[in-house]
Amino acid sequence: MPNLKDLKNRIESVKSTRKITKAMQMVAAAKLRRAQESAEASRPYAERFNAVMAGLAASVGGSDSAPKLLRGTGSDDVHLLVVMTAERGLCGGFNSNIAKLARQKADELRAKGKTIKVLTVGKKGRDALKRDFGDLFVGHIDLSEVKRLGYTNAQDIAKDVLSRFDGGEFDVATIFYSKFVNVVTQIPTAQQVIPASFEETEGDDSGAVFDYEPSEEAILADLLPKGVATAIFSALLENGASEQGARMSAMDNATRNAGEMIDKLTIQFNRSRQAVITNELIEIISGAEAL
Amino acid sequence: MANTMQFDLVSPERSLASLSATAVQIPGADGDMTAMPDHAPTITTLRPGILKVEAPEGSSEYLVTGGFAQINGDGLSVLAEKAIPVAEVTRSHLDDLIAEARASHEAAKEGDDQSIVDDAAKLLADMEALGTHMSL
Repeated sequence: MPNLKDLKNRIESVKSTRKITKAMQMVAAAKLRRAQESAEASRPYAERFNAVMAGLAASVGGSDSAPKLLRGTGSDDVHLLVVMTAERGLCGGFNSNIAKLARQKADELRAKGKTIKVLTVGKKGRDALKRDFGDLFVGHIDLSEVKRLGYTNAQDIAKDVLSRFDGGEFDVATIFYSKFVNVVTQIPTAQQVIPASFEETEGDDSGAVFDYEPSEEAILADLLPKGVATAIFSALLENGASEQGARMSAMDNATRNAGEMIDKLTIQFNRSRQAVITNELIEIISGAEAL
Repeated sequence: MANTMQFDLVSPERSLASLSATAVQIPGADGDMTAMPDHAPTITTLRPGILKVEAPEGSSEYLVTGGFAQINGDGLSVLAEKAIPVAEVTRSHLDDLIAEARASHEAAKEGDDQSIVDDAAKLLADMEALGTHMSL
């Protein structure tokens, strides 16, 4: 049985852990609100963008003159997996869920005999995938210095991806991130960005026939790279909100567990204290009786 | 007043304006155009420039770069990669844009596609003209 002093120290240390997790939870809650706001603020842009792109892609898509970004390179042998995770841990299963999905997909593709390349965004995903896919890493984007995610961050990532595409390094690019549903639910998601695919939106406005200036092809060629950046930007923001949500619920759990641990240790402490007292009494009484 | 239309200006980071406007001058890739209510449905890409909005409550101006405008029967949406109200534009914003344009011009010069070089040169000239226009 541990002695009283040890138990007391233990209780103190769990108490300070609880303080830390409680503080982290509150910080995450505040950050979550901000992250959610920026995710919502970006939604109108992404929605309209995709609506227009879907229309354009539908009218130009079939032809041979369609840009490579839409049509693809004609083969799908080399896949680029862009794995976007957080820079920091202590957020429950957030990072490992994304890594798991990426690993699954990678194994699937490898089983089909495809070549894969991995580009990581965020330190945690890199660490998680290093052992299995370390030799397949083609790059890493560090966002640890970024205080507030901006569109420029997404543009930088998109530029990196696009220059690799133009260099013929891969045929298909998929981004992995976590979609934010609510604080307790985040869904790891894989989304193909190159070649671009757009969901058909039904009944787009009045179904008006648009004039295009310059030509449809030119607009499409101009907008497709932006579409990649937009997709990455939404993914980054969703990821940001998911990370804070996951951290908040993880820290909430940790705080609760610490509380339970403190209760348990306190009971154990009181019991041992009582045992010590009883022991002393017995010693005194039996000492007195011996006289 | 019947002759207004819904005007929305959104950038990836936020929605900047959503109001009824009587006319909006758009810096289109093929030249400026002004959209008024009942304009034919059009989609045009933007070149960096000034977007002028005329509304019953007064007019406003925005510096926009990259993106496109979608005009349909009942309104106009401008999706710009970067949009800043002109009042908030500072010399440093513009310097960034000019530096960016110059960099892409330099990069284009190294390639051999003449049309890209021309485009980049035009962009650079546009940017510098913008500075003079706004007397910054």
